[in-house]
Amino acid sequence: MMAGGVADLSEGGRAERFKSLALPYLDDVYTLARYLTRSASDADDAVQECYLRAFRHFDTFRGGPIKPWLMAILRNVCHAAYAGNARLVFTADAGEPPAEPVWQAGADTPEQALLRRHESDTMRRLIGELPAEFREVIVLREINDLSYRDIATVIEAPIGTVMSRLARARGLLRDAWIAAEGEGKRR
Amino acid sequence: MNCDEAGILMHALIDGELDAGHARELETHIATCPSCAARLREFHELRKMMTPGSLRLTAPAELRARIEGKLPKPAAGVSSRRAMIKGFAGGAALSAIAASGLLMMVTRRDDDRRVLGEVVSAHLRSLQAQHLIDVQSSDQHTVKPWFNGRLDVAPPVADLTAQGFTLLGGRLDYVDAKPVAAIVYRRRVHIINLFCAPAPGAGDRAAAMESLHGFNVRRWRENGLSLWAVSDINADELAEFGEKFEAAMKQ
Repeated sequence: MMAGGVADLSEGGRAERFKSLALPYLDDVYTLARYLTRSASDADDAVQECYLRAFRHFDTFRGGPIKPWLMAILRNVCHAAYAGNARLVFTADAGEPPAEPVWQAGADTPEQALLRRHESDTMRRLIGELPAEFREVIVLREINDLSYRDIATVIEAPIGTVMSRLARARGLLRDAWIAAEGEGKRR
Repeated sequence: MNCDEAGILMHALIDGELDAGHARELETHIATCPSCAARLREFHELRKMMTPGSLRLTAPAELRARIEGKLPKPAAGVSSRRAMIKGFAGGAALSAIAASGLLMMVTRRDDDRRVLGEVVSAHLRSLQAQHLIDVQSSDQHTVKPWFNGRLDVAPPVADLTAQGFTLLGGRLDYVDAKPVAAIVYRRRVHIINLFCAPAPGAGDRAAAMESLHGFNVRRWRENGLSLWAVSDINADELAEFGEKFEAAMKQ
């Protein structure tokens, strides 16, 4: 028993515990990063920094669900990384040109181009084009499946703000969807 | 309640976050307000198009390996000890193992636990992401050769359909930052991932059942391969799977 206790206090034991708790959410964190940064390479860097930072501050994690804690760190990493570029990525300026689309990992093959017309691809694109403050609540709610309370923790805002932003985000998304469908029919 | 309030609260209703009192008020309003009723329907429709599976993305395996590589290695000293053992060639390795037998007993347990966490993570990942299968086939003679050139070992692939475990296919995955074979089976609606990694020189080890985060894991080692079967089916059925698989391998 004593050996186990000592091992748990070691750096390795800490890393082991961290990995078993945090790594199952890698895809969640990565998904949020892709939607926030709208770039595959930036998302990679942000996720790596998020996990290393989370591990450094693992002592401050007070139990409970780890997913919102990781999401909050990722969001801070993205904010810090893009501080000089904040207008482009994180403000709600309407009409800003979308950065690299969320789904674009490389050149499209003909099959991928076909698939791209699929509903979910349109939806990914439309979410990617939402202003940042609405995009993040939609992704946290619909894709990462966080509760309002957890979203409030992640974005450091009251639950009332979460509700009003979600309402606005879904309104924008609905309008964009209807517009995209119209375009599809005209083509 | 007016339409502005309803316009916000209907989202909390959709998300199952509205308390009973407000939900009743909202329903009363919607019953008498066709435009709010229409909006609520639209948002329900919108929601249906946002099934998480289609919008989620999968972290690249390289990213996972990179992060794991940058975190401290579990149980400080294991890696150097491992390196030392690897450093002894041939017969010398035997005496080294005998000499460090006690240490191995201690560190192996830590290692096992860590790897157990990793196979469960890999299992979870395969279910969450749309990356359950690289080669889709119920034919073992299609799945097995697919791994040629992708791995250092030829993983055993058995068709257990007759025994109630349907072969779905295989995929390349990563455990312990090393590529492994994942052979995917289905039992009713449950997925079983059978992970298979080379364990050169290691002796056979009888099967042991463990559970982690609500998943059962049956691990064993034979013919220089470490195997982990991971699933959310109950332990008895997973044990049955393991036994059927082992039996099929011996044929």
